[in-house]
Amino acid sequence: MTITDYERVPTVSTEQNAVLAEKLKRLWETEPGIAGFFSTVDHKEIGIRYIITAFAFLIAGGLEAALMRWQLAWPGRHALTPEQYDQLFSTHGMTMIFLYAGPVLSGFSNYLWPLLLGARDMALPRLNALSYWIYLCAGIFLYAAFAFGFGPNDGWFNYVPLAARAYNAGPNIDFYALGMILLGISTTVGSINFVVTFLRMRAPGMSINRVPILIWGTLTASAANIFAIPAVSLAFFLLWMDRNVGTHFFDVTTGGSAMLWQHLFWMFGHPWVYAIVLPAMGMVSDGLPVFVRRPLVGYTVVALATVATMVLGFGVWVHHMFATGLPSVSLSFFSAASLIIAVPSSVGVFAWIATIWTGRPVFTTAFMFFASVIVLFVIGGVSGFMTGSVPVDWQLTDTYFIVAHIHYVLIGINVFPVVGATYFWFPKFTGRMMDERLGRWNFWTMFIGFNIGFFPMHISGLLGMPRRVYTYADGMGWDWLNLITSIGSYIFAIGVLLFLINVWKSYRKGSLAGDNPWDAPSLEWATTSPPPPYNFVVIPTVASRHPLWEDRLQQHEGEGSHVDAGLVLDHGREAIGTSSLDATPDIILRMPRDSYAPVILALTATTIFIGLAFHLWWLAALGALATGVDIIGWLWPERALGETKEPAING
Amino acid sequence: MADRLPIETALPVGAIDTRATGWWAMIFVVFTEAALFAYLLFSYYYLAVQPHAPLTFPEGGLPDLKLAVPNTIILLLSSGAVAWAQLNIEKNDKRHLVWGLGIAAVLGMIFLVVQYFEWAAKPFALASTPYSSLYFTVTGFHMAHVVVGVIMLWMLFAWSAMGYFNRVRYAHIHIGALYWHFVDAVWIAVFFTFYITPYLGLRT
Repeated sequence: MTITDYERVPTVSTEQNAVLAEKLKRLWETEPGIAGFFSTVDHKEIGIRYIITAFAFLIAGGLEAALMRWQLAWPGRHALTPEQYDQLFSTHGMTMIFLYAGPVLSGFSNYLWPLLLGARDMALPRLNALSYWIYLCAGIFLYAAFAFGFGPNDGWFNYVPLAARAYNAGPNIDFYALGMILLGISTTVGSINFVVTFLRMRAPGMSINRVPILIWGTLTASAANIFAIPAVSLAFFLLWMDRNVGTHFFDVTTGGSAMLWQHLFWMFGHPWVYAIVLPAMGMVSDGLPVFVRRPLVGYTVVALATVATMVLGFGVWVHHMFATGLPSVSLSFFSAASLIIAVPSSVGVFAWIATIWTGRPVFTTAFMFFASVIVLFVIGGVSGFMTGSVPVDWQLTDTYFIVAHIHYVLIGINVFPVVGATYFWFPKFTGRMMDERLGRWNFWTMFIGFNIGFFPMHISGLLGMPRRVYTYADGMGWDWLNLITSIGSYIFAIGVLLFLINVWKSYRKGSLAGDNPWDAPSLEWATTSPPPPYNFVVIPTVASRHPLWEDRLQQHEGEGSHVDAGLVLDHGREAIGTSSLDATPDIILRMPRDSYAPVILALTATTIFIGLAFHLWWLAALGALATGVDIIGWLWPERALGETKEPAING
Repeated sequence: MADRLPIETALPVGAIDTRATGWWAMIFVVFTEAALFAYLLFSYYYLAVQPHAPLTFPEGGLPDLKLAVPNTIILLLSSGAVAWAQLNIEKNDKRHLVWGLGIAAVLGMIFLVVQYFEWAAKPFALASTPYSSLYFTVTGFHMAHVVVGVIMLWMLFAWSAMGYFNRVRYAHIHIGALYWHFVDAVWIAVFFTFYITPYLGLRT
């Protein structure tokens, strides 16, 4: 057998071709009904599921916050016991940081990446499905524990010794630890998928200086996750061992170290903060310019700053530990790094301001959400910069000032961009526009409510109110501030409710969108709304950063990008593999069929963790065995994927 | 760019050499696994240099190298056998591909058996001290990787024996080999940490 048996010159089509579209639809469409539901590997289906699941957790976390703000609205209230309050604030943190903020961005990126890149799917479609199913299982695992009163109760960063068995005898921390390890698997495989997709699946001609900023954001976050997630998974595993088999990693009395937990947790924790904001900043960098009718100012600097922020983000973890008595040389180094990181992380803000300044803004709801990020990011960034200074941190750590900071960062640079992104991409997801009138009400209620609710927290923190107190005495000087905070947070919640109502209403009877309702420049707007299962009839060829704006920008090479003419690839589920930097086609990839292997693997992996949680070792072993069998079946070399010596169907 | 649109050169179809998607995925699996071991070894060094760490670090005095050194060589030879298997399939020599994988898998299993005796000879248990916890956890993590690797090598052995691969289509072999070379390489770091650094004067 010679090499030529495995080669093919891909056909090129230069016109819209209905017969071809019909053929591709048959090849790529997921089976309807329950079978398709569990076996689909379509990135769009998976992306939407990610987004919906993440929003469900956002609502759950929001209800927990509402209960806490009810308790704190006046001094001396005891509606919640200290134990209940502990579980509420811990579960609230876990939910928002791990089950909402990361996954919602994975959802948008899953849906959008192949469309932005001009690809038929993600590089590893089955791994993509696995990532979602494990996320769902881990979320249910953690919330099932919470429902039975065994939610985490030591804060989301779960410090020892309070999390050790001696001081926390219940199973709460065990469920948290195991659930977080399970969730870590989901994040890791998802991140690997994004990085490989970036390196191999870009449309011909889309060299790395032509990808949208959202791609840079998610890529950077994913690369960081690959290196950071093992730290937290290991920390939780060691803690579980300390609690269940008597090891001594964090046991100070026998020579272990409580500080080891803090190091491992924050070596992960700080990169994670950037992982849950950089893709959202990418959304703003791509969405905002569409509404000021010009390209983003400083594309290259913004892309480089994204990467630089992440690199520096690995060297600042100790600023979460300034008050632990570390040597001053260590404090100086990490303080300097924490102040320097303000430079690359603020580049985006200046780029957005310059883009608005030199453009002609169209005041849509999406624009208002994107633009508001500038204000919220500056407030959250400045409070972060302040606490990067050691003496300031000593004064403010563990006060409501920090609570204000984290909420300005996570709501300001995650929730606001995500809601803006929903207004922006909802027409692509559903084929329908969201209601602009309700959108205004939505924006202003959220924006005003958020600032009324969270800005006063800075002041209560400066006045000395510690975080995580379940109630407080009268006359400390925080009464009014707390009442205002509670009122503001309820106004914010109403704003989120308006958003959900708008989504529901627009999904049912929003006006029809068409392919490119915003007249936007990137490839996802070149296909129909919603996109067909195969994304593009022919693979686009890209000659500039703004394929759909080339007529007016005149910045392309040669005769410009092609979206209606290009590679056909209709010999089964196929995609084009391209070189990592220049995106020159170098292989025709065979893509997998729909498969049950991912959902089964998620269930068997979860079985392992259920077995460990209840000390049912036989169940854990059974789960491991089933997982092994599933993986072997999954990886069995397939002729259809071109993995065995028989030529794949060559047509 | 667009002038390149009509592609006239033939492109390979399927999972071929380092253009196979799975090969790229395995690179990043190795990165994340390497990070995991880096954090494990960080934990060791961090606890070892604590001023309040017990004086017995390592527990039971300097570690015995009688089994550990030969076992390290066995694991490295196993990597060599996989490399030889890779060379063979590139020459379309399917028989020696199968042999190489089989030898590598058997060497991997010998490593596990020797590790068992190494563990059994230790005068301490997992829950004795921070050192013992670290020792069994880190080497245990590595052994778990060897177990996965050995199962993988036997699967590759079976698939090769079934004649699935030839000199063009052998992505599975390359991808599996990447993992196995990593498992062997990371042992060097584990071995150096637990068996060599005490002789260099780190906390004995």
